[in-house]
Amino acid sequence: MKPEDYDLEADVAWCPGCGNFSILRALKMALADLDIPPERLVLVSGIGQAGKLPQYLKCNYFNGLHGRSLPAAVAIKAVNPELTVIDVSGDGCMYGEGGNHFMHTIRRNPDITNIVHNNMVYGLTKGQASPTSQPGFRTPVQVHGVFEEPFNPLAVAIALGATFVARAFAGDIERTRDILVEAISHHGYALVDIFQPCVTFNRVNTFQWFRENTYYSDHDTSDRMVAFEKSLEGYGSGKFPLGVIYHAEGDGTFEENLSIYRGDATPLWRRRHDPAKLKALIESKRML
Amino acid sequence: MKEVMDDVALVLCGEAGQGIQTVEALLIRAFRATGYHIFSSKEYMSRVRGGENSTLIRVSSAPVRAFVDRIDVLFALSPGAVDHLRERINGTLIIADESFGEDDAVGLPILEEAEKLGGRIFANVVAAGAAARLFRVGEDVFDNAVRSLFERKGPEILNSDLRAGRKGYELGEKLREHLRVSVEPDPSVRGHVILNGTEAVGLGCIAGGCRFMSSYPMTPSSPLQIFIAENADEFDMVFEQAEDEIAAINMCLGASYAGARSLVATSGSGFALMEEAVGLAGMIETPVVIYIGQRPGPAVGLPTRTAQEDLNLALYSGPGEFARAIFAPGKLEDAPEITAHAFNLADRYQVPVFILSDQYLADLYYNLPEPEIGVEEEYHISGTDAGYRRFRFTEDGISPRGVPGYGEGLVRVDSDEHDEDGFITEDLNIRSRMVEKRNLRLEMLRDDALAPEVWGDDSSAVICWGSTYWPVREAIGSSDAEVTMVHFSQVYPLAPDTRELLESFEVTATIENNYRGQFADLLKLEAGFEVDHRLNKYNGMPFSVEEIRKFIGEVFA
Repeated sequence: MKPEDYDLEADVAWCPGCGNFSILRALKMALADLDIPPERLVLVSGIGQAGKLPQYLKCNYFNGLHGRSLPAAVAIKAVNPELTVIDVSGDGCMYGEGGNHFMHTIRRNPDITNIVHNNMVYGLTKGQASPTSQPGFRTPVQVHGVFEEPFNPLAVAIALGATFVARAFAGDIERTRDILVEAISHHGYALVDIFQPCVTFNRVNTFQWFRENTYYSDHDTSDRMVAFEKSLEGYGSGKFPLGVIYHAEGDGTFEENLSIYRGDATPLWRRRHDPAKLKALIESKRML
Repeated sequence: MKEVMDDVALVLCGEAGQGIQTVEALLIRAFRATGYHIFSSKEYMSRVRGGENSTLIRVSSAPVRAFVDRIDVLFALSPGAVDHLRERINGTLIIADESFGEDDAVGLPILEEAEKLGGRIFANVVAAGAAARLFRVGEDVFDNAVRSLFERKGPEILNSDLRAGRKGYELGEKLREHLRVSVEPDPSVRGHVILNGTEAVGLGCIAGGCRFMSSYPMTPSSPLQIFIAENADEFDMVFEQAEDEIAAINMCLGASYAGARSLVATSGSGFALMEEAVGLAGMIETPVVIYIGQRPGPAVGLPTRTAQEDLNLALYSGPGEFARAIFAPGKLEDAPEITAHAFNLADRYQVPVFILSDQYLADLYYNLPEPEIGVEEEYHISGTDAGYRRFRFTEDGISPRGVPGYGEGLVRVDSDEHDEDGFITEDLNIRSRMVEKRNLRLEMLRDDALAPEVWGDDSSAVICWGSTYWPVREAIGSSDAEVTMVHFSQVYPLAPDTRELLESFEVTATIENNYRGQFADLLKLEAGFEVDHRLNKYNGMPFSVEEIRKFIGEVFA
């Protein structure tokens, strides 16, 4: 397929120059490379500017509540493993409001891809700090500047046992595409945190800033301890590494561990209960 | 000697951890196998060990289905048991462990014998054996009950429990000097099923085609979660314990969007966390069945007690306006069918549908010939073509529901206001039409509403809903007052002729396990009908037959 096969005529609500455009482009390119037909693809998102991405791509989508996209995505994949499920949202949605789900979705290891647009600011609500905002970042409400430690999604994901953890930069569409191809192909949960400048509300972490403060790492991505060290870089000192940070063969996915799929791959939604079995269950209540 | 005729209220009371539920399970098996009609209900404290928990077992020659305050026989298995039940003790034969030194009790060396058998852990089975003997349960019948309960725990444990049962049986001989029970076996009982309220709803979930359940543990909804989890493999269902209530219901909506009928079970304060997602269900017109096992609130309230306090919570949950339906089954006979129907309605109208149960209903057991399940799973998902529009405007407000991957069409749902394709819109004309679309089906739900069950043909009526069905019915049946029972198992929307029906009575009263009379208020709001009297109870205990009878005597005499 071609990236254009996913095009839609849509009234895009993003600001001109927004990093989201590049992510949308890179995602279409990755999907085309992987030949995923739109009717087999489900994008799941929450709320925020990143959460609107599914609106601009030809696909099925479930655009739900703020922070709650992952539980829906896990269930969609569990009900129909034949679908390609990609969860796409922003840093506030995923790491703030949805932090608990982020943590537990990694533990479940569903075969989904989790793309997080990370611009270190709340754009849709006009410029408050996000969980990933850098210390010292001043906003209309963080009037003295952010003093909390930024949330480190990569380190958390690796610590929780995620087997595919990557960081991309929206300013580099080609490499972002490559990372997304790898992530979507990964068997199991895959996190792709994408640095994406907010051109309106974040005047600190600009395209230029991200270019100066990142580098593509070529470490051994199968070594978990090395990956963990890499995930700590950029916080306080040094530059943020880009690329696949950790990639290992994982254990069974959430869906594979569901007993209903052992020996029967029929998606759950196509199945019906057997009335004879229900009758037998009721009969068993006579035998107490 | 005390004589109790054909309807004996037996109560067993002990500390949490003493196995009172084991005694209940053993005795209802043994009594049923003997041919006695049984009813059991329990009350317990919110703790893992200690406290005072009790189980009421009614043993009768005729069907019994409701909680009574009366205690004919009390087995006190802990020193605090008699005090705990003091208000209900009146002419009661108290059987207590000798070591408690209860003056008014018949003492049995239950704990001593249990120690001899290997530990206090056997006290529950010793007590059950003694009770079985008192009620003339055959020794083999009791042994079989022990076997059916403990067989899976291995021969060693089974043999110890069999010995404990026999010992209890021996001790029970002495009790027969103090009490003569004359319950007559009814052979038809042996062919009956025994269910509790949770299982009755659970059977309905299966019959209604439930495929997916995610929930977070919370009393008294946990038993339904266990029921579905236990039966998931056999019936092609998925049960997932979510990280919290918010995840639970959002998972259900994802599953439902993908085509699986979904269920979430919780209690009031757990449901409070789910409210936003109820709005999402309304917005994306995605079916979900929400089971609320009510318990007293607010906040954590009395975690293990019973209430009917969350009607308003269910009724008004979720931001904005959209259609929904609320059911409150009152009896095991039709709870499966009502539950299956709830799943069908959710799918037919693409709305959230509630089932309100409560601790009392969820935990009670009784025997019945056969639950009704005349409802079959309906099928409302259609394949899609390339031009598919998920929220297409139709005359009745219901758009054909596609699921991703079934056809060429794309299924787009959005929590923002959206157009027929599911794309975000701020077009205010579309907004108005979508609001109408989401609310239009309320009229259809109203037309489909289950009519209340009317029992009797007297000129006055007691109006009730949910789990108060049998306590009200038995109270009316056993009182001199001439009163009809009107029971609602669908509490919203109300059947169209509700007002007409209620206005046909001269005097009316509602009976509800809450402070305000939430249903009485709803009758006023939805049916324009004001009841004359309200009986409300909110201490965490279910209504007893006696207190309803007293109320009826005062109001309708």
